[in-house]
Amino acid sequence: MSTASTATGELADVLSRYEVVLGLEVHVELGTRTKMFCSCPTVFGAEPNTQICPVCLGLPGALPVVNAVGVESAIRIGLALDCSIAEWCRFARKNYFYPDMPKNFQTSQYDEPICFDGALDVDVDGKTVRIGIERAHMEEDTGKSTHVGGATGRIHGATHSLVDFNRAGIPLVEIVTKPIVGTGADAPAVARAYVAAIRDIVRALGVSDARMDQGSVRADVNVSLMPIGASEFGTRTETKNVNSLRSVERTVRYEMVRQAQILDDGGVIVQETRHFNEATGETVGGRTKETATDYRYFPEPDLVPVAPDPAWVAELRAALPELPAAKRTRLRAEWGLSELDMQAIDNAGAFELIEATVAAGAGPESARKWWLGELSRHANEAGVELSELSVTPAHVAELQSLVDGGRLNDKLARGVLAGVLAGEGTPTEVMTARGVEVVSDTGALTTAVDEAIAANPDVAEKVRSGKVAAAGVLVGAVMKTTRGQADAKTVRELILGRLGVQ
Amino acid sequence: MAAISREEVAHLARLARLAVTEDELDTFAGQLDQILHSVARVGEVAADDIPPTSHAVPLTNVMRPDEPRPGLSREAALAGAPAAEDHRFRVPRILSEEG
Repeated sequence: MSTASTATGELADVLSRYEVVLGLEVHVELGTRTKMFCSCPTVFGAEPNTQICPVCLGLPGALPVVNAVGVESAIRIGLALDCSIAEWCRFARKNYFYPDMPKNFQTSQYDEPICFDGALDVDVDGKTVRIGIERAHMEEDTGKSTHVGGATGRIHGATHSLVDFNRAGIPLVEIVTKPIVGTGADAPAVARAYVAAIRDIVRALGVSDARMDQGSVRADVNVSLMPIGASEFGTRTETKNVNSLRSVERTVRYEMVRQAQILDDGGVIVQETRHFNEATGETVGGRTKETATDYRYFPEPDLVPVAPDPAWVAELRAALPELPAAKRTRLRAEWGLSELDMQAIDNAGAFELIEATVAAGAGPESARKWWLGELSRHANEAGVELSELSVTPAHVAELQSLVDGGRLNDKLARGVLAGVLAGEGTPTEVMTARGVEVVSDTGALTTAVDEAIAANPDVAEKVRSGKVAAAGVLVGAVMKTTRGQADAKTVRELILGRLGVQ
Repeated sequence: MAAISREEVAHLARLARLAVTEDELDTFAGQLDQILHSVARVGEVAADDIPPTSHAVPLTNVMRPDEPRPGLSREAALAGAPAAEDHRFRVPRILSEEG
């Protein structure tokens, strides 16, 4: 039995006794040029501790001032998630100690989030699931620790840690769902689809680069189980900082199975934060969660309230770009595809690539053919996502235009594509360098045709006498002498013309 | 009735990472109780038409354009650290995963 079907069986078993409740907290790192409360730059990958100042280091006497674009981005995210926008709200200090947080508190929002009460529809296998949005609030990121002395950079066994505060103070918007109930066996897929939808929305808004691999979108995944028919939710665990779609899905599935085993044995679930281990696919327990009162939230005295002018909010709403769900519906119609076709495109992660390829001039059908066919095959073989291939939508459009212009046939185009993937250059460069262009020079082709006829007089005679099918042998001979670089249809027409059987 | 218990003071001390002796717990519990009772009297005079105040200045929407400005040099920032290593702030062993 495959691992996947074992997992499905386990979930079905869990769901025969329990209902699952999910809660997702997605942190979006904004793509602002400066930090949330100071003017330090936010360039990714800068040398350690070169983008810091008295404000983000929490030095005495420093005064934070909020980033206008940070506020605007938070409001735009809220609007895209159908949230109400607070007319007046404050920042709050969340007090706790951790070495990656220099101020000993995180500037966040507590009971007055800037955005609240929204909803987002996500599609899972053709079914629409409405996810309630509790709130979206503004806060700041922490620094980054490197652990020294233990095995492979882990906290366990480390002698000390080193902290880089470049990331401390980078703007975050935290989007919190209402409890998600009734998803059953779809729970892992719903969690994944929701995080993917948030990622796509913030990318469409242009407020974040939304790179999960760089941590600019990451999810805290809350999972709990309750006996079927129960009215009160079970105790939840919160798996922190899950940073890929696949891991979000695996976390939900793993926690459902793990918690069911504990509950089956008469145990209790401890409310705690957990960590997902990519290598083992398991979550491991961490700190027992502090309660909200332990954070001793209070209004941030150093930042004045934010009161977005309703006229400004209306302007931002009017200027929202077309959101991914609407775009998907529109392009599906424009491309003339079925819902099933679109699901195949979504599952391959090819939607944006195809869109960009069409924008670069290719027809939708050929764009789809390249990305779901030849390129998916390459990506699968290499074990990477389509978007990670070295070929770009512009390359694919260029390749298709060479085919459409008769300079490459399908077979030659596949070879040229392999060259592009191997880093040999653009399709035109690869075609030229490899000398594989279709021979369209009729003079050269006619010579090759005449040679083929002269070399195969018996076959030529058969064709002349009306056995047109025999011409295939002559076509093959011409293709051989031109090393496949002729257009077979043209060659056939030339041969039949030469032999007078048009 | 006391506004704050000895146990609550001990809990707050732990959250604030303050080492407080048993004797000090008694002292602080008594003092904090007095402070809380005094502050609570404000609530007696504040009517419904007086909203709770968090800021002493009548300002909103003080914002900054998203324009980078130079901060501290790395040398200056690390000069104030108790310990530094490899251009980073060196901190003692961390016992558990993040907050």
